[in-house]
Amino acid sequence: MSIILGFLEEGLVYAIMALGVYITYKILDFPDLSVDGTFPLGGAVGVTLILAGVNPVLTLFAAFLAGAAAGCATGFIHVKLKVRDLLSGIIVMTALYSVNLRITGKSNVPIFNCQTIFENDFLASLIPESVSSFTVLIILVIIVAIVKILLDLYLKTRSGYLLQAVGDNESLVTALAKDKGLVKIIGLALANGLAALAGAVYCQKNGNFAIEMGTGTMVIGLANVIIGTKLFQKVGILKSTTAVIIGSIIYRGCVSLAISLGMKASDLKLITAALLLVILVISNGKEKKVKVHA
Amino acid sequence: MLEIKEIHKYYNQGTINEMCLFSGFSLSIKDRQFVSVVGSNGSGKTSLLNIICGSIPLDSGHIYIGGKDITSMPEFKRQKRIGRVFQNPAMGTCPNMTILENMALADNKGKPFNLLPGTNRQRIPYYKDLLHSLGLGLEEKLQVKVGSLSGGQRQAMALLMSTMTPIEFLILDEHTAALDPKTAEVIMELTDQIVKEKQLTTIMVTHNLRYAVEYGDRLVMMHQGKAVIDVEGEEKASLQVEDILDKFNEISIECGN
Repeated sequence: MSIILGFLEEGLVYAIMALGVYITYKILDFPDLSVDGTFPLGGAVGVTLILAGVNPVLTLFAAFLAGAAAGCATGFIHVKLKVRDLLSGIIVMTALYSVNLRITGKSNVPIFNCQTIFENDFLASLIPESVSSFTVLIILVIIVAIVKILLDLYLKTRSGYLLQAVGDNESLVTALAKDKGLVKIIGLALANGLAALAGAVYCQKNGNFAIEMGTGTMVIGLANVIIGTKLFQKVGILKSTTAVIIGSIIYRGCVSLAISLGMKASDLKLITAALLLVILVISNGKEKKVKVHA
Repeated sequence: MLEIKEIHKYYNQGTINEMCLFSGFSLSIKDRQFVSVVGSNGSGKTSLLNIICGSIPLDSGHIYIGGKDITSMPEFKRQKRIGRVFQNPAMGTCPNMTILENMALADNKGKPFNLLPGTNRQRIPYYKDLLHSLGLGLEEKLQVKVGSLSGGQRQAMALLMSTMTPIEFLILDEHTAALDPKTAEVIMELTDQIVKEKQLTTIMVTHNLRYAVEYGDRLVMMHQGKAVIDVEGEEKASLQVEDILDKFNEISIECGN
């Protein structure tokens, strides 16, 4: 039971970040590595603010804004300074490692005895003892649902249409007399804001910040997005955002299965990489078959 | 009035492959004129359009619209007054968005792209009317993704989308070249109808000499960055395909084609 609860919770936390990667990878067609830096950035900002006594809910907004600012930096480097997409992300990711350490002051910051969105006096008085083991899950479901609904709504706005258009056909955005560079920057800001939000939630859930928590975030996010969208692309009714969330949970399920089969936690990144490779190869094979028949 | 004054454009400047495309080329186009531009490959037709739209920078020279210098205006800002249809039908539409979403995108040109709903439901009947005018049955497929349409259907939509909002200039870059003869004919007639209806200043680059002769009120033949034929009015109206074909052959022999 606790294993299932564990991967559901982890899956939901990473789903927030995966929704960000969905924006960059699927909508903008931009391989954005800066999430490896913005995920811990969100954690660093959140943890520092919590230690300073700020309301844990407010820290989530602060984390989102910090991530969005970092996303703008990636966008600016790519669009205005004309650095290649992958390199822009790497530059920001590398810079953020130091920035994150500056913010927290040390590489490991515990917040065990602080009020968090998962553990506070208000919740303790509200939720009965019998369901308290589900508190974390319920709160995560609420957060993910809010993020998903807001993202869905945004993608239906004029600005959201433009975001989809820029990934689909840049020249059309120019033809609409809009600056495609600016649209990309907005997309990157949103995506990295979500990654940072996920990082802040992650730290509050685990009760500590660790500088290395960001390593491989992009690959995990990519795996989540691809699992979700590939598995559910045939199911027309399911929105892509929903598919990404389910993909995140499935991915976490696979990882915890691998661990329960005897692999060590230190093998996690290896599992992630292998899993992503398998998914990519399988989905490539599928696409080829379709082309032959067409 | 669109004026191109004394433009110079070199490709690969400073290398062994340096090529001079325009050297002091000038052209002025009156308001509401429909100019057909023909010429051999590499004669500078598409480059001319790219220069007008700001897709490629100039080495020197100026471009004026209505007397205002727009030479240093970025491409996307110029597009406020320009509608453009490309040779490749895929360039004018978003393949992963539905027909309705594409129409809504085009309809929002010139308006702020803010957090208002992307599709204004009240405009749907209007979009349907527009699509109905194409006669392709697209008005029944509003929720279909544009990527699954044929090239001709996409090009028809691209034409519709680029002329949906008030614009002054229509730039057509061999927009019928990738289509079968029948569809090309339909698109060409539609183009003429829209240009007349909206009284647009139009520049159409084409390889189809018949279209160039049949449509528009001015014909320019480009060769090595110069206009070797430039006729308008009566003279243009009495022009036959044979007349320009002779000149075209002359040019082609010169180039060794």
